[in-house]
Order: sequence, then C-alpha cells, then structure tokens
Amino acid sequence: MTAAAAKPVVRSTAHSIVEATPRARTVAGGLVILYAVITILPLLWIVATAFKSQSDAIAYPPKVLFQPTLEGYVNLFTVRTRQTPDFIAKLPPPQTWYDRLVRQRDMVIAGPSKVVPRFVNSLIIGFGSTFLAVFLGTLAAYAFSRFRIPLADDLLFFILSTRMMPPVAVAIPIYLMYRELNLTDTRLGMILLYTAVNVSLAVWLLKGFIDEIPREYEEAALVDGYTRLQALRKVVLPQAVTGIAATAIFCLIFSWNEYAFAVLLTSGEAQTMPPFIPFIIGEGGQDWPAVAAATTLFVVPIVLFTVVLRKHLLRGITFGAVRK
Amino acid sequence: MIPRVSEPAKSRAAWRVRGLSDRTIAWLFIAPTITLLLAINIFPLVWMIRLSFTNLNLSMSYLPLRFVGLDNFIDILTDEEVWIRLQTTAQFVICSVALQVVIGFGLALLINRQFRGHSFWTTIILLPMMLSPAVVGNFWTLLLQPQIGPFNSLISLFTGVPPSSFSMTGQVALAPWTIVLVDTWMWAPYVMLICLAGLRSIPDYIYEAAEVDRASPWRQFWSITLPMAVPFLMLAVLFRAIENFKMFDMVNLLTSGGPGSTTELVSITLKRAAFEKWRTGYSSALAIILFVTVFGAANIYVKALNKVKQR
Repeated sequence: MTAAAAKPVVRSTAHSIVEATPRARTVAGGLVILYAVITILPLLWIVATAFKSQSDAIAYPPKVLFQPTLEGYVNLFTVRTRQTPDFIAKLPPPQTWYDRLVRQRDMVIAGPSKVVPRFVNSLIIGFGSTFLAVFLGTLAAYAFSRFRIPLADDLLFFILSTRMMPPVAVAIPIYLMYRELNLTDTRLGMILLYTAVNVSLAVWLLKGFIDEIPREYEEAALVDGYTRLQALRKVVLPQAVTGIAATAIFCLIFSWNEYAFAVLLTSGEAQTMPPFIPFIIGEGGQDWPAVAAATTLFVVPIVLFTVVLRKHLLRGITFGAVRK
Repeated sequence: MIPRVSEPAKSRAAWRVRGLSDRTIAWLFIAPTITLLLAINIFPLVWMIRLSFTNLNLSMSYLPLRFVGLDNFIDILTDEEVWIRLQTTAQFVICSVALQVVIGFGLALLINRQFRGHSFWTTIILLPMMLSPAVVGNFWTLLLQPQIGPFNSLISLFTGVPPSSFSMTGQVALAPWTIVLVDTWMWAPYVMLICLAGLRSIPDYIYEAAEVDRASPWRQFWSITLPMAVPFLMLAVLFRAIENFKMFDMVNLLTSGGPGSTTELVSITLKRAAFEKWRTGYSSALAIILFVTVFGAANIYVKALNKVKQR
C-alpha cells in the first residue's frame, strides 16, 4: 500500500476527452442529472418524513403530499405520556406551541428526551478525538516528511495497517481492556479509541500536504536563526493550514458517523447519535417522524462539510494516495 | 539537496542555539502517535492473540481459564457455518464492488464530458458516501418497508407488481441483493470520484494523436481511456473490497443478518460470537483469521497493482 500511495500524483487541469460534441455533452449531462436526482430521493424522503404526522408517516400507500407538522421534532426532543381527555381538559391551558401540539394527541410532555445528551456526546467525542488526532498527526507527519527516519516506510505502513482490522474484531480486546481500566462507556475511552483510528488517516493525509510545502521556506528560516520548532510554527503550519483543516474535517466526519465501536462499547453515558437514532421509539415501534428528524439534524453538518471539502475529498477518501 | 557546509563544524554549543537536534525532534514527534497505536491497537491485538488459545467465555467467567491450543482455530475452520458466512461475505463484496465499479466508472466518463453544472451535480451524487452507514441502514429500512415505504410503491408503478407482494429485506431471495443495492447507492460515488481523477490524468495529446491516426472513439476507449484508468480503478477496488469485507454497521441495521442468516456477513457472526454469546476465546480466533485474510489479500493485491503500474 505504501507503493500504491506513492504514485499517482498526477496533476492535470486539462480535460482528457478531446472536445465532446454539444449533443454528447447534453446527453451526458442528462444522464448524470437523472442519476443525481434518483440518488438524492431517499434523502429527500427522510427530510420530508420528519415533517409528517405519525399517521402520515406510516400511511399506505406512502404519502408524497401531506400537511407538514413539527410533531416529529417535538417527539424527538421530549418524552410524553398518554392521558385521558378529561385529565387534559382539567390542566391549565398549554403554555407553548409544542405543549399544544402534544395535547392534540391526548398526551402531556413528561420531560426532555435523551437526544440532547447524545448529541452533546457526539460533539465532545468528535471534537476531542479530532483535535488529538490532528495534533499528533501533524507532529508525526512533519517528522516523516522532513527527517530521515529509519524504517519510515514500514512505520507508515504499520500506522495504516491498524485501519485494516474489522472494527468488531478490534472491539473485542478493547472491551476487555476498557473493563479493566474502567473506561467502558466513558467519553474519554471513546475519544482515545477514535483518536487511534483517526491518527492513521491524519498522518497519511498531512504527510502529503506537508510534502507539498517547499523545504526552501524552512531552510531559509533556519538560516535566519529560527529553531526547528519555530520554523515549524511560523513557516510550515501557516502554509499547511488548509490541509490541516481538511484533515480535521475528515476525522470529525469519521467520529461523527462511527457506529460499530459506539454500539459495542457504550450503552448510556457516552453513547453517541448513530447507535441512538435507530432506537427512538414511540408507541408501537419506531417513531419514524422523530427518527427522520434526528437523521436530518444529524446529516445537515455532513452535507455542509461535503460542500466545504469538495476539493480535498478525493485525497481524504484514498488516504492521500490520489491527489488532484 | 545541497549538503550543508556548516555541518562538520557544528558543535554542542551551536546545537543549543538552534534548539533540539533534528533527530530528537523526529522521535519526539513520532513517539506519541506510535505510543497511542501501541496502546490502543497493538497491545489489545497481542492480548487477543493470547486469548484465542483459551476457552474464555465472558458469560461463564467462573470457569477456570484454560489454554486449549489450536482448538478454537480448528473449530472455526472445520465449521461449515463459518464457511457459509465467509461465502456470503465474498458474494457481497464481489457483487457490490463490481456494481460500484460499473456505475462509478460510467458516471465518471459522463461527468468528464464537462457539461454545464457538472460540479453541482457531482456534489449531489457524492452525498451518500459521506453519511453514517448506520444511519443509512436505518433509514433504508423505512424506504424498503413493503407497504409504508416508497420503494415498493415506486417499483409497482413501473412493473405493476403489487407493493405488498414482496419485501426487499424480508425475503431470502431478495435480501442479499438489497444489501448490495444500498451499499452501491452509498459507495458508487466513491469509485466515481477516484475514476474521475484517473480520467483527468490522461493527457489530451494522446487523444489528439489517436484522432490523427483516425482511431474510432470505441478504439480510443479500449486502447487509451481504459488502460490508463486501470490503476485508479484497482485502487478504488482495493479500498472498497477492504471496507466491504469489514462491513458491519449498515447491514446490521438494515437486515441484521436476516432473514434467517441470508445476509449474515462474517462481521455480524463475529459480533454475535463475541458480544452476544460472549465466547471471547473463540471470537478472538475468528477475528485473527479475518485479519490475516484481509492483510494477506491486500498485500497480494498491492503487489499486483504495482506491477500494473510499472507496465
């Protein structure tokens, strides 16, 4: 894999196909747009489901047009209990719009749901592991890029090979180890684990980015009397900022989306969103509008990141093996 | 690099002035990463290797820990069930990667035509692969519900088959294809993105030369486009095959291995052995077998890839 990564650093801004005819271009465009529309439909359906009422969400045949409601979002954030209409009639009038919405269904809000703590876990674990992975990764990548390190290729391959293990396999000894160390179901445990997974990506990506910064800049700084560390801080890092940001977003996306470790190693305290979302249940099975609402809120940051990352996406998904 | 003239004259004092030596810095910078990986990856791995020779069962931890030699490995390799799971996994990997290569490469060829607005539509196409596989598996169960899901209704619209007459996740004949379908929905864009880089790396002058030689577009595709894109395609296949061999999250939520065990990929078997039956010794052995398989196959593949590139 080392060798695989070493090569296609082909840079080209030219378009490979010799000028396509306008007709061929239109046909190609039409087909791609058709595929894009089909591929985005499932996502749009979920976004729409979040605005359906419980009965519209499970209607047969499925409803394309419906009366939008915020019930799904209200249900996502609250725990409710069913009451008799008499009981509800005796209550003081509802204070808020969501109280009113819930009471129309003969229910009363009993308290907040667990979604906010889960979301907070996702944020803390995501940002914590991203920060650590990028910090460690930047240092290691700089060393691999600039210094002659014995067995550098083997070390780099070792760093990458830790990614080839199936997560379920990794989770077995981690589970035992965390049990001994009291790290099971803790945020710290998850941060450390995600950092270990992300650091391999960070090292590989950042090495690529730092390799691209000409050594002459630093050497000039060294000649001017900077120490290595000063040169790193004042010359290399500012140049590598885009690369570091892109790497950070990739790490964040990984931690945000990760499911296998989260479901096997957390059960409450440190549970993140992915294992939580499928278990948002209402009366009689999954509460689909609430699940869809959670999915929508969960996916929005990813969509934004995808747009931001567009230029670096290729690098990120191939561990820096292919650069445009 | 130009040899530094000042090198031999460098004294201890000069070192001090310039801070830590390069060698020290190099090791200081690498050590934390290596330490973390040793602690979180390698130490547990070694522990797991040890456990794989024991009878440890966490649901019966009162049993004395006994070394059983290679018994776990022999159990696994002679168990027909395990071979069936491996077969299911192989079929899933081959079918989904093949489909992704065809669709991904096709899309890349089309997008490479540089039609108006191609960059916007490409971003749309890329979205599925950025999502959480678990969340994807979860919401596809809604989409694929025979009655309330839109998928069956859509199929019925085009074919006339009543929507409640088939279940994509509940039928033995359909479920294996369902996981391939959802996986392809998610990952075809991945292959597309890599192929697109491959296509853009082919310099125009080669096509221009072919044009001068009056090579047909068909001929150009087979003798220029495809051979030059092959290393990229192979790289995409490598990444996808490894990922799909490890596949757990999406399938666990979409079908959780069912119906029966028709979509039970080997990762799901492993999870059941380790975290439901708590057969830690046995599942450690299975995990090691899986790891050796991926690692071995990836190494052979990378050698082949390098040969193709040298051609």
